[in-house]
Amino acid sequence: MKRYSRSMVSAFVLLAFHGVVLLAGFFAPYGYATQYRALPHAPPSLIHFVDCSGRAHFRPFVFGLKEQEGTFSQYERDCETRYAVRFFPRGDGYTLFGFLNTDVHLFGVDEPGRIFLLGTDGFGRDQFSRTLYGGQVSLFAGLIAAGLCVGVGMVAGTLAGLYGGVVDASLMRLAELCIAVPALYLLLAVRSLLPLQVGPAAAFVLVVLVIGSVTWGRPARLVRGVVLSARERNFVLAARGFGATPAYLFRRHLLPETASVSLSQFAVLVPQFIMFEIMLSFLGLGVGEPFPSWGNLLAQAQQYHNLVSYWWLLLPGLAPVPVLMAYYSLSNLLQQGPGAKNEEII
Amino acid sequence: MILYLAKRLGQTFLLLLGVSILLFVLTQAIPGDFFSEAQLNPNISADVLHSLRSQYGLDRPLPVRYGRWLAALIKGDMGYSFSYNQPVTRLLLPRLANTLVLAVPALLVCWAIALVAGVLFAGYGGRWTSRAFSFGTSMMLATPDVLLGLAALLFAARTHLFPTGGMTSVGVKAGLLPAAKDLLSHLVLPSAVFILSAVAPILRHVYAEMKQVLQSPHIRAAEGHGIPRLRLLFRYALPAAANPLISLFGLSFGLMFSVVLVVEIVLSWPGLGPTMLEAILARDMFVTLGGVLLSALLLVTGNLLADILLYVADPRIRVQE
Repeated sequence: MKRYSRSMVSAFVLLAFHGVVLLAGFFAPYGYATQYRALPHAPPSLIHFVDCSGRAHFRPFVFGLKEQEGTFSQYERDCETRYAVRFFPRGDGYTLFGFLNTDVHLFGVDEPGRIFLLGTDGFGRDQFSRTLYGGQVSLFAGLIAAGLCVGVGMVAGTLAGLYGGVVDASLMRLAELCIAVPALYLLLAVRSLLPLQVGPAAAFVLVVLVIGSVTWGRPARLVRGVVLSARERNFVLAARGFGATPAYLFRRHLLPETASVSLSQFAVLVPQFIMFEIMLSFLGLGVGEPFPSWGNLLAQAQQYHNLVSYWWLLLPGLAPVPVLMAYYSLSNLLQQGPGAKNEEII
Repeated sequence: MILYLAKRLGQTFLLLLGVSILLFVLTQAIPGDFFSEAQLNPNISADVLHSLRSQYGLDRPLPVRYGRWLAALIKGDMGYSFSYNQPVTRLLLPRLANTLVLAVPALLVCWAIALVAGVLFAGYGGRWTSRAFSFGTSMMLATPDVLLGLAALLFAARTHLFPTGGMTSVGVKAGLLPAAKDLLSHLVLPSAVFILSAVAPILRHVYAEMKQVLQSPHIRAAEGHGIPRLRLLFRYALPAAANPLISLFGLSFGLMFSVVLVVEIVLSWPGLGPTMLEAILARDMFVTLGGVLLSALLLVTGNLLADILLYVADPRIRVQE
């Protein structure tokens, strides 16, 4: 029961994050590429209830910003201007699910005020909005790459286990090769052979394919082990005796047997691959400007001056933490489940 | 022993050979070669291109080209770096040394921390400590290494306690002692970030293995005999959990390479990582290949080391022969 409730919490966190990220256009007050050139490197907006003269207001508000005398991009709050926080205001247009055009956002402030929950970057783009949009890349790259990796691993592992002989030997040697090179280095090697300057969508596909294609070795080995032991089980032998085709055996008997191992591998790999994507994009080898990802959001903090003067550039880096924790806790619970062994995170 | 070692060495060698084939085929899989672009140039005739290709052996079949590449590789020639204008071996080896100076001590510290803390948490933990343990370690796992590195950089910049990058500073007095002190002060931050990122998975494995061993009958019996708890944990339980941990030790070299890559790039440590990144961005193919080969070599060596340690630690393997 307790295990159940804990996995429900993790599942809820994951669902919430993925949902919010998918609906980023609605939850984000601004578009990911909307620039407020007058407000570069604005600090995170605080939401106030009490104004400068000490009067409390029922409706929360943010102060306007004005540049300090004689400085550049150093702001102080402007007590004269207050902008009330509104729900469901109209703002930048966006498209939901590829067909729903709308411009209603969850929250915003009265024009011409701006609300930047995580501050802005050097172009005056709202970091909170960019973080939400960036999750679209990072979360789903991890998810799809893990699906690809486990899928390839399942097919290769089942083929190896089922047919044995030359097929088994060659597939498993190939898997060993992929495991023998540190994953990140193999990733970089494969990435280095592919074009560097590509659009965001192509880069997304590229990252997913590269990650998925270099990491299938471990799941393939695990699945092969399961298939090898399942092959000798009586019900499989019986089905064979009745003339079942390999395709039938795979679908009806072997796939269900490997489900538990594949699922726990999947849950281990997704957070790992999200990290890989963050890393690749941080290094400039993944999804690039203007589309945000959790990795390239951090890239601007790499410049010494930015990092020291504008600490809020680091805030998007915290976004993966709850998601990855939920994944790890889920994979822990899966590994404690029946039939699954404690498997490597490394 | 010798037979076992020879067998392992042979396997390792075959594995490396396989890795080299894989990498070579990967680099050759992309269409075109170095002279493909020259084909578009009307001033270069097809004959010239043909003779250039045959001069560099590019018109030979794939296995021949691989053979020549491998023969050079065995002699320590990993090719030539176009952007650095020097042989790859001479470029990479000093950087690899820098990487190892940072990574190996940090990895050993990780293992020391993980062994002590993992055993103690597994041996003494109640419900709440074990919850705190799993929460803490999963938080460490979930924090991007990049963020940790940047936070360390911010810390160094704000407090001025540690240098913000590099391996040595200019203007250090001559002599061994000042140089060592300078190196150490540069090592502190990268090592700290490395340990924070790498310790969590190791710690979790030690913890899980210990938990499993602590439930086994012989430990229960030892408990019943009233053996002191600490002695029970470290003298009886830990050796029983040693086997998978030794294998993990070999595998942790792979982890080490992944973590150190990020640490080096963020904290500008002059190791293999930044060089690899530059090489990729500059399309300096042989440098990238060389870096990957070196990392594979070290990971495989780590696994070999683990196999030898296993042989020493586990009598069952010795008896099997």
